Amino acid sequence: MQYTISALVTNKSGVLSKISGLFSRRGFNIDSLSVCKTEDPQLSRMTIVLNGDDYTLRQMVKQMDKLIEVKKIMPASENESIFRELLLLKVSASADIRNQIVEIKEIYKAKVVDLSLNSMILELTGDPNKLDAFIRVIQPYGILEMARTGITALKRGDECIKDVESYEDLI
Amino acid sequence: MQLSGAEILIQCLAEQGVDTVFGYPGGAVLDIYDALYRDGRINHILTAHEQGAAHAADGYARVTGKVGVCFATSGPGATNLVTGIATAYMDSVPLVAITGNVGLSMLGRDSFQEIDICGITMPITKHNYIIKDVSELADAIREAFLIASSGRKGPVLIDILKNVQTQKTEYVPATPEVYKPKATPELQAKKLAEILNGSERPFILAGGGVIGSGAERELLSLAEKLGAPVGCTMMGLGSIPASNPLFLGLIGMHGTHASARACLDCDVIIAVGTRFSDRVALNRDKFASGRKVVQIEIDGAEIDKNVSTDYSVMSDVATCLKAVLPLLERKDRTEWTNRCIAIKKEDVIKAPVEAYRILRAASEIFPKDTPIATDVGQHQMWTAQYYPIEAPRLFCSSGGLGTMGYGMGAAMGACFGSGKKKTLLVTGDGSFNMNMNELSTMVTQNLPVVILLMNNGVLGMVRQWQKIFYQNRFSQTTLHKKTNYLKFAEAFGAKPLLIEKEEDIIPVLKEAYRAEGPVLVDCRISPDDNALPMIKPGQTYDTQIDTME
Repeated sequence: MQYTISALVTNKSGVLSKISGLFSRRGFNIDSLSVCKTEDPQLSRMTIVLNGDDYTLRQMVKQMDKLIEVKKIMPASENESIFRELLLLKVSASADIRNQIVEIKEIYKAKVVDLSLNSMILELTGDPNKLDAFIRVIQPYGILEMARTGITALKRGDECIKDVESYEDLI
Repeated sequence: MQLSGAEILIQCLAEQGVDTVFGYPGGAVLDIYDALYRDGRINHILTAHEQGAAHAADGYARVTGKVGVCFATSGPGATNLVTGIATAYMDSVPLVAITGNVGLSMLGRDSFQEIDICGITMPITKHNYIIKDVSELADAIREAFLIASSGRKGPVLIDILKNVQTQKTEYVPATPEVYKPKATPELQAKKLAEILNGSERPFILAGGGVIGSGAERELLSLAEKLGAPVGCTMMGLGSIPASNPLFLGLIGMHGTHASARACLDCDVIIAVGTRFSDRVALNRDKFASGRKVVQIEIDGAEIDKNVSTDYSVMSDVATCLKAVLPLLERKDRTEWTNRCIAIKKEDVIKAPVEAYRILRAASEIFPKDTPIATDVGQHQMWTAQYYPIEAPRLFCSSGGLGTMGYGMGAAMGACFGSGKKKTLLVTGDGSFNMNMNELSTMVTQNLPVVILLMNNGVLGMVRQWQKIFYQNRFSQTTLHKKTNYLKFAEAFGAKPLLIEKEEDIIPVLKEAYRAEGPVLVDCRISPDDNALPMIKPGQTYDTQIDTME
């Protein structure tokens, strides 16, 4: 099962290694981890995708919450959150097949952000399933390399992570 | 007032009420030691090794309930603290470790005695800091003390770069922030009381959290109101007086029959300030089968981690019990209570070990408020089983990490913490050899520590496991040492005494008690004594092993 966890952490060096160290020593398997700046320069936001069961989710939230650097933490519920990921994908595209690729990217609303003689770079933002589907369709043309940012998520509605009092009622 | 970083450190320690620090100087902390020297308010105890300093700060913290403090230099000084910090972490002991490091211009260049101690101690501290600018120092120290002593207590490390120690900034005095536990929600207290009131046969499993929270009075009221017998984990020993009839003794791998039986036959296990470690819940899935489990625990991550609970309150133990106690109804459970007490009375030791007689005699000769430290191994289990601990904050033992070599430093710290009361250390010849260097510190400080060295020439506990699991193949557990511990004690300036036979026990212990300064009692015991009862890892409480023929 996949779970997504959002956390606000202090924006200081060493925080990422503390959190990733916690994951490895407690045996938590994660699919992705993304870190970014926030509206508050003191804080960074982490979005973690955990691959595990309900027990692991609870342990992960509780153990992370114990770190002094973690200021707020909450699981991002499937139904009440927006999940997005960005993909950059370099595909082999000689002149004769270029049109076919452009046709596919139109359907997926991807963008061509670079074009060379034999390849092009496509950019696509969406929920991870959409990215997976797009990759499957492009695959036959020869993917030269790709980069995904990992999932980032926000809760729908007025409520923000900084309003979360405690993780207790959320897990 | 413009002060250097080193001076600010000393000021901030004084703010926190620190009167004793254990440590060892070196290149990267010269400025700190200079400030310490010039200030003169703090009593610094120079140990033989930084590990001793860390364990001493730990023992000091366990006995006083205050935050223990140790100093070490960069590099090897800092790494020598690691075992001590990990020991404190596993047993939730409040500690602040201060290390120096190379200056900012040298950092990250593999300079002489440079080590990333923050990286190394990341998994064994509640929090750590590397201070690169003096402006951050005072706040970090104050925060470190608050973190160490709040919630589930634990060690915090502050690594101070050399340039920060000389850098000057404005020092603004502050009064220490006091940790106040969150109130237990009324609804939770009600729900918990409901379960307890409904219980026919309640059993209390008391852990270190009771002592950490200072909840011994509340625990006693809980036990008495419910008529619930109490089993203590290693960390929980002293949370209820050993002489109280409701105390059933140690619980777990080497626990008593009475505590095991009560835990099996009860209908509700009331876990108070404890985390169901694998030495208590040896089989976490079957541990509570058929019984309800309620848990009061300050660390939410320990709730439902090893044993699933039916109801839990994430709270400071004292705070929670204070809210629950008035809601408890008087109910007659005398039959259950008496049944448990009867098992305890019948629980005679089937194969008395030699150490038992020594520990029993010591408990009669030494006053009830004697701080007692142990090392790790059979002697530790014997002490936990047989030595009556009458009050909290007397018993210092490495429970979670199981650190052989803990005892010498811990006894030293406990002795200082108790205001230089006569202190006991029960150790084994294996453990003693790990940090026996600290005897020199005890002598220098003229500490009234009586060391009961359970000398059997073997690593008894490992050997015991070799008997059970490795068909008596005693691989590397016979020590073959030619050490004369009496001469060793004498050479270090301690009083040497010898217990060779049963008749020696009482006169020698009396002499040890009367002596001034450190005493080493070489207790010659059999290599074949075992720490029993024992439950094998992964087994349940109905599988206690009582003999090993």
